[in-house]
Amino acid sequence: MNLREHSRKMRQIEVLGINLLRLITVITAVPVIGIIIFILVRGLPAISWEFLTQMPRDGMRAGGIFPAIIGTVYLTLGTAIFSVPLGVAAGIYLAEYASDNVATRLIRIAIINLAGIPSVVYGLFGLGLFVLFLQLGTSILAASLTLSIMTLPVIISTTEEALRSVPNAFRVVSTSLGGTRWQTTWRITLPQAMPGVITGIILGLERAAGETAPILFTGAAFFLPRLPASPMDATMALPYHIFVISTSVPGMPLQIQYGTVLVLLVFVLGMNLLATLIRNRARSRRQW
Amino acid sequence: MNSKRTALNEILINSLIKIAGYSSIIFVGLILIFLVREGLPALEDVPFGDLFGSRWYPIEGYFGILPLISGSLLVTVGAILIAIPLGIGTAVFLSEFSPAWLRNFLKPIIEILAGLPSVVLGFLGIQIVAPFFRRFFDLPTGLTAFTGAVLLALISLPTIVSIAEDALNTVPPAYRQGALALGATNWQTAWGVTVPAARSGLLTALMLGIGRSIGETMAVMMVTGNAPVLPSGLNALFLPARTMTATIASEMGEVATGSPHYHVLFFIGIILFLISLVVNLTASSLTLRSRKRAERLLS
Repeated sequence: MNLREHSRKMRQIEVLGINLLRLITVITAVPVIGIIIFILVRGLPAISWEFLTQMPRDGMRAGGIFPAIIGTVYLTLGTAIFSVPLGVAAGIYLAEYASDNVATRLIRIAIINLAGIPSVVYGLFGLGLFVLFLQLGTSILAASLTLSIMTLPVIISTTEEALRSVPNAFRVVSTSLGGTRWQTTWRITLPQAMPGVITGIILGLERAAGETAPILFTGAAFFLPRLPASPMDATMALPYHIFVISTSVPGMPLQIQYGTVLVLLVFVLGMNLLATLIRNRARSRRQW
Repeated sequence: MNSKRTALNEILINSLIKIAGYSSIIFVGLILIFLVREGLPALEDVPFGDLFGSRWYPIEGYFGILPLISGSLLVTVGAILIAIPLGIGTAVFLSEFSPAWLRNFLKPIIEILAGLPSVVLGFLGIQIVAPFFRRFFDLPTGLTAFTGAVLLALISLPTIVSIAEDALNTVPPAYRQGALALGATNWQTAWGVTVPAARSGLLTALMLGIGRSIGETMAVMMVTGNAPVLPSGLNALFLPARTMTATIASEMGEVATGSPHYHVLFFIGIILFLISLVVNLTASSLTLRSRKRAERLLS
C-alpha cells in the first residue's frame, strides 16, 4: 500500500514536472514566432518598389532605403572577399594538415576567443587598426575587414567540421594513387565537403550582414544622399539605419521603421534558409 | 620538369595554408595590441583612483567606470537569472521528453532566434517591451535595466539551449538505461542521472550565455535608457542604466582621437576583451575536462 502510494506520488511529480517543462519550452519558442509574424504584419504595408529602390527623402522620413540595402550588400560581399579564402584555408589547415600539438591547441584557443570577443570590441579594433593606423578612413573597406575577422571563427570551424566528416577512405585512395596532400584536399576532400563549407560561409556572412556595432566607427554613415562610389567611401547599412531611425530621428513614421526591419529580416533569414536548404539537400544526396 | 613545378606549387600552397591556419593567433594578438596601444594611455590621462571612481561624466572630465561595470553586471545577472530556468528547462525538455517531430520543429525556431540581428531585438524592445513594462510596473520610463535584461535573456537563450542540449545528448544511453532498469521514472532519470552527468556541459552553456550577454551591444544600448549611474539598491533594476558596451558604442563616434575620453573608451574595451577571454577559456576548459572524465568512466 505504502509503496503504491509512493509510486503514485512519483507519477504525479513526473506529470507536473513535464508539463512545467512544456510551458517553459513554449515561453522560449513563442516570442520567436511572435516576432516574425509581428514584423511581417507591421512591415509589409511599407514595402513597395519605391521603398526598395529610392533614395531617402525629407530627412529619411519618406522615400526609400535603397542606399542602406546596397550598403549592406556591399559590406556582405566585401566581408566574403576577405573571410572566405582565409577562413576556408584555415579550416583546411586544421582538418587536413595540423597535427595535435601545442601550436594547434593554441590556434583552437585563439579561434574560441575570436568567437567570443564582443562585437563592439571588434569595432574598436577596426577603428584602431584599419581606420587610423592603416589610414583607410571610415570606409566600406575598413568595415568589411573588421567584419571579416569577426566572421572568421564561424567559417573556420564549419569548414573544419565539414572536412572531418568526409570518410578517410577518400584520402587513402587519393594518396595511394599518388595524389599529394594538396591535390587530395583540392580535388577530393574539399568537393565532398563543399555543401558543409558553403553552409558555414553563409551562416558567417549572415551574422556580418546583421551586425551594427563593428561598423559603427569603421564604415557606417548616418545618411548619404548618394550611393558609395568606391570601397574607400563610407556607406549606409540596414542594421545601422534601423538604429538611427528608431533612436535619433524624431517624427519617424513607424511604417518605415517596421518596413526597414522587415527588409533586414528577410535578408538575414533568407540567408539562413538558404544555408539550411543546402545542408539538407547535401545530407539527402550523400552516398557515404 | 613538370613534376618539379608541381612540387614547387605544392610547397607554396602548403605554406599559404599554414599561414592561414595561424592567422587566428595573429588576429587575437593584433586585437590585443591595438586595444592596449589606444587604451593603456588612459592610465596616464586619468589617475587610477578616478578611473575606477563612481562618476561617469566625460564632458567635465569624470571618467569613473564603476557605474558602467555595475551596469553591465546588473543587466547580465538579470538576464542570466531569466535565461537559466528557460534555457536549461527547454534543453532538458527537448533532449529528454520531447517527441521527435516537436524537436525537429522547435530546434530550427531557436536557431532563427540566434540569427536575429540584435538591432532588430533592440527595435522591438523600444516599440513593444519597454512600453509594456512601463505600464505593467507603473514606471516613469520603460527603458530600464530590467528591459535590457529581458532582451539579453532572449539573445543568450539560443546559445544556452543548443549547447546544453548537445551536452545532454552526449550522455551515454547506458546511464539512462541503468537508471530506468533500477525502477526510476523518466523524470527521476532526467534530473537525477542525465543532468548531473552533463553538468560540465551545462556549465559551459551557462558561461557562454554570460559571455554573450556581457558583450551584447546594440539591443542593450537601445533599451536601457543610457544613464551611467551607480546602482544604489535592488530597485536599480527598474531604473535606467548603462553598460560598458553601450558606453563605447554611443560615445566613440563623438570623441576626438587621442583625447583622454578616447583612451578611456579603449580601456573599457580592454576590460571587455579580458572578460570574454576568461569566460571563453573557462568554458572550453570545462568541456575538455568533461570529455576526459567521460573517457575515463567509459574505458
